[in-house]
Amino acid sequence: MWTYAGRRLLLAIPTLLGASIIVFAMVHLAPGDPIAAVMPAESSKAEIEATKRAYGFDKPLPVQYLVWLGRIAQGDLGRSIATRRAVILDVRDALANSLVLALSSSLLAFAVGVALGLLAAFRQGRALDKLASAIAVVGVSIPHYWAGIILIIIFSVQLNWLPAMGASDGGDIVDYLRHMTLPTVALALIPLGVITRVVRSAALDVLNQEFVLALRAKGLAVRRVFTHVVKNSAPQIFTVLGLQFGFQLGGSVLVETVFSWPGTGYLLNLAIFQRDIPVLQGVILVLATFFVLLNLAVDLLQTLVDPRIARH
Amino acid sequence: MPQVEVVGGVGEPRAFAATPVVTSYWRTVGWRLARDPATLVAGAILALIVLSAVLAPWLAPYDPNAGSIRLRLAPVGAPAHLLGTDEQGRDMLSRLLWGGRMTLIAGLTPVLVAFVLGSGLGVLAGYTGGVTNTIVMRTMDVFYAFPAVLLAIAISGALGPGLPNTLISLSIVFVPRVVRVAESATVQVKGLEYIAAARASGAGVLEIMRHHLLANVLGPILVFASTQVSLSIILAAGLSFLGLGVTPPAAEWGLMLNTLRQSIYVNALVPALPGLAIFLTSMTFNLLSDGLRDAMEIRG
Repeated sequence: MWTYAGRRLLLAIPTLLGASIIVFAMVHLAPGDPIAAVMPAESSKAEIEATKRAYGFDKPLPVQYLVWLGRIAQGDLGRSIATRRAVILDVRDALANSLVLALSSSLLAFAVGVALGLLAAFRQGRALDKLASAIAVVGVSIPHYWAGIILIIIFSVQLNWLPAMGASDGGDIVDYLRHMTLPTVALALIPLGVITRVVRSAALDVLNQEFVLALRAKGLAVRRVFTHVVKNSAPQIFTVLGLQFGFQLGGSVLVETVFSWPGTGYLLNLAIFQRDIPVLQGVILVLATFFVLLNLAVDLLQTLVDPRIARH
Repeated sequence: MPQVEVVGGVGEPRAFAATPVVTSYWRTVGWRLARDPATLVAGAILALIVLSAVLAPWLAPYDPNAGSIRLRLAPVGAPAHLLGTDEQGRDMLSRLLWGGRMTLIAGLTPVLVAFVLGSGLGVLAGYTGGVTNTIVMRTMDVFYAFPAVLLAIAISGALGPGLPNTLISLSIVFVPRVVRVAESATVQVKGLEYIAAARASGAGVLEIMRHHLLANVLGPILVFASTQVSLSIILAAGLSFLGLGVTPPAAEWGLMLNTLRQSIYVNALVPALPGLAIFLTSMTFNLLSDGLRDAMEIRG
């Protein structure tokens, strides 16, 4: 177990470094000179050169990368070109808001998806199974940003039940929950579809094994058989839950834009349109780090649940 | 015509009780696909969508980019405008037809690129093993550090808007995924006895790859690639929705959804149409790929 954990941890380091190279390269992917783009139009060539030197843009790329990485390691993500604020502050506030949405939508998707998947497996071929399969196909096929707009049309425009935009800034918990409801549902659709499918097929795999037949043959109540099936498909279910939670964090950009939710997606969108590369890099680097660490945690927890994995 | 009994419900691997006597595997697959109702319905709808996109110049009743401000946001069923008009008074039916072209091109091209490049890289890495494998696979792992949506937006955000940039960023999203599947399929097949037998009887590396390996790994890769089409379409339209994809005034479903979004308070139905088109297209691709997987008896 511990050797496996150690090896898995070591493997995450090159992945993170690689991700940081991609994020660093984004500045140079952008068309045009990154410095000239942010300088006033009337700046002279000498002024531009001076700024370049001040920001270290005159050094060779590998040196620039190492300097940049060194600053990141100290928690300095640079300053926003548009607001001059430290990027880390903006990212921290936005990340908190995004985490709230990722958590609430994941919980909704897990609860409904696991229940639907298990029920479908136990009622294989019946009406309930077909309904669950249909829900799953819709879930994985629907453009979630469109689903968000449809929810706004129905519940905000037509029925006027829930707010369409933003997060509540006051301390009113009910108001905050009301703002959260629609984006949570929109975000939950994709993981709901994926989880239903995976849970159903994992449970079916277990149901088709001989020991389940033996349990049934000896007259065990369906409810007890159910417990056995859930236990044996748990590792697979667990993996998909962890992965889906990770996708929720990075995948919320489009839904946050639809609902003007002040999270990382909103910040990312703003940064793209102001061509604020430091903010863009900061948001993406933080989200990628989160994602890698989360995958690592899922892997390690999984070996705790099912020690057979570590031996492979 | 032999009698065939298909067992099982929609969306699960079906058991085929009897298979007709046919000569090739692919003919069997085609035969099964043609007998699966869900696949047939999805195939028919998709054929309609693709045909209407291809024939847009002849089918569209109006110029998709010409509108009149006086005719803004006409409702569905308005006289002369079957599906209404958008926020600039442009005919929705014409824009939806033309928009399908853009969305389909932007969604399908990256998966095609990924299928070709990814199969090549993955088979190479899987077959040669060793250092080549380590270099290729560790490089691909790096792209797995980002959720798909985030990676697409990050690269597009840095490159700037436009269809070519969308194609580049989405290809970068899908190539590593195909490489992973191709590599693991190749490693599996490579260990089978008949490959060793072919090598023992003096077949060269290229010959083994071409005749024995590719024939057996392309199936799983194709099925996997087909599952990615719907995601690619949703992402391509999503990038346009964010203003990072196809640039105005061109018609594209995601872009149309974005510009019509402000109008939901005036007319609720018309702004929903482009999204419905994305949804239908992505769902038919998903149903087709489910059918293909079942017909080819591939699990996963």
